[in-house]
Amino acid sequence: MSENSTEMRATESAEQSRWSMVGKDPWTMPIEKIDLSHPGIWHTNEFLPFLERLRKEDPVHFCAESAVGPYWSVTKYSDIMEVDTSPHIYSSEPTVGIIDSYEEYTLPMFIAMDPPKHDDQRRIAQPVVAPANLKRLESIIRERVCNILDGLPVNEEFDWVKHVSIELTTQMLATLFDFPFEDRYKLTFWSDAATAIPGAGVVNSNEERWAAMEECLQVFTGLWNERVNAEPGSDLVSMLAHGEATRNMPPMEYLGNIILLIVGGNDTTRNSISGGVLALNENPAEYDKLRANHGIIPNMVSEIIRWQTPLAYMRRTALVDAELGGKQIKAGDKVVMWYASGNRDEEAIDRANEFLIDREKARQHLSFGFGLHRCMGNRLAEMQLRILWEEIMQRFHKVEVVGEPERVYSSFVKGYTHLPVRLHPLN
Amino acid sequence: MLAALTNGVPGIDADCGGACSCATCHVYVQEDWLDKVGDISPTEEAMLSLSTDRQDNSRLSCQIEITDELDGLVVTTPEFQF
Repeated sequence: MSENSTEMRATESAEQSRWSMVGKDPWTMPIEKIDLSHPGIWHTNEFLPFLERLRKEDPVHFCAESAVGPYWSVTKYSDIMEVDTSPHIYSSEPTVGIIDSYEEYTLPMFIAMDPPKHDDQRRIAQPVVAPANLKRLESIIRERVCNILDGLPVNEEFDWVKHVSIELTTQMLATLFDFPFEDRYKLTFWSDAATAIPGAGVVNSNEERWAAMEECLQVFTGLWNERVNAEPGSDLVSMLAHGEATRNMPPMEYLGNIILLIVGGNDTTRNSISGGVLALNENPAEYDKLRANHGIIPNMVSEIIRWQTPLAYMRRTALVDAELGGKQIKAGDKVVMWYASGNRDEEAIDRANEFLIDREKARQHLSFGFGLHRCMGNRLAEMQLRILWEEIMQRFHKVEVVGEPERVYSSFVKGYTHLPVRLHPLN
Repeated sequence: MLAALTNGVPGIDADCGGACSCATCHVYVQEDWLDKVGDISPTEEAMLSLSTDRQDNSRLSCQIEITDELDGLVVTTPEFQF
């Protein structure tokens, strides 16, 4: 480990303890000091009561000081909907992350664009994950799922994250991009590098992150060059290379959209795969319901995605002064929609803090967002989860969690780095 | 949209519950009814324009208000809701 990264870690620790909310009492601390942006309480799984207090006492909450500067936290379902469906007030530019990155490190991608440019680019990429195309992918997905599940050790402990969640989503990404299968782990690495906090285990610095992004661009430029002169294919690279609005895009924009599509399909699906196993273990009556009726699986998939909320927030920037929840937002203010909070808002969702695989209106959750930017991979994610659980139920009486899960050190990516499990086959 | 949901008619998902925010309540309005179901708002247009199955007679059913005048309205659903 280099001198630099050791220094960086030491600095990180100091930063961590200065801004961290870990150990603070969510109900008695001064409410104006609540800062959801710091990864600490997300990593230790202590975030829920902080969200609850804000929903109750200050639903549109201004945090004046944080490691990412001042910002508004929006925690109720209805206010989040208002922000998400008002792109003319709350812009997705220049970034949907809470950190205001320096310009040279900001990749242009359509998740962080407003109309009309957003619409032009999304329209090109969207067909690759349209349901008609997904129908064709279903059999490959099922084949891959069966292959993975049949290769797992039975009655002994292993890490579900590594052997199932990451493995399955990585294979899916390689398929979508028609990426060399044996190199598929690069997709996972690039995706993790794009979103990770330096020092948290993926990259040690922004420079390292950038080096990874450059490698990604190099490889994908190679694929572009291969496919631009060939017949248009149904993979994402081919679609971008042939699409009217995207075939002349500058390299940084191409990289941005590639990263967007890799990230979109990477840790979100991964963490829902892990999250579903954990949720069923923590709610054994629900696992019983599932065993008794496999037909509940599609509904359960939506509930898992709500419960896990794989991306805790999305950020917007106010273009004009606006009123929200009785507060005055100023033009230029950073506004953060905490999906992880809205999804537990009992005023919008019945018994929101219960994991109920047969709940009605299970699809009415915030995890995919709403409005123009609503996750375009949502049906693909649901399909992967549905097929996975269909095949799990054909093989195992229980996927048992046998140790403490480890969570991602991030207030954005809400997921698991390790989940120790043991498989119990059907009798 | 609500009529379909509350009467168990399949093919309309209505993920956002009717807020013109998800485009999963997409229907095709039969030609002779098209000018009777009301105008498309800019918001509805924005959501519809991103749909891969959009046709001239596409509408988001959560934006069609049912009145007595629409008695007999015929719509078809796309093969998939996105």
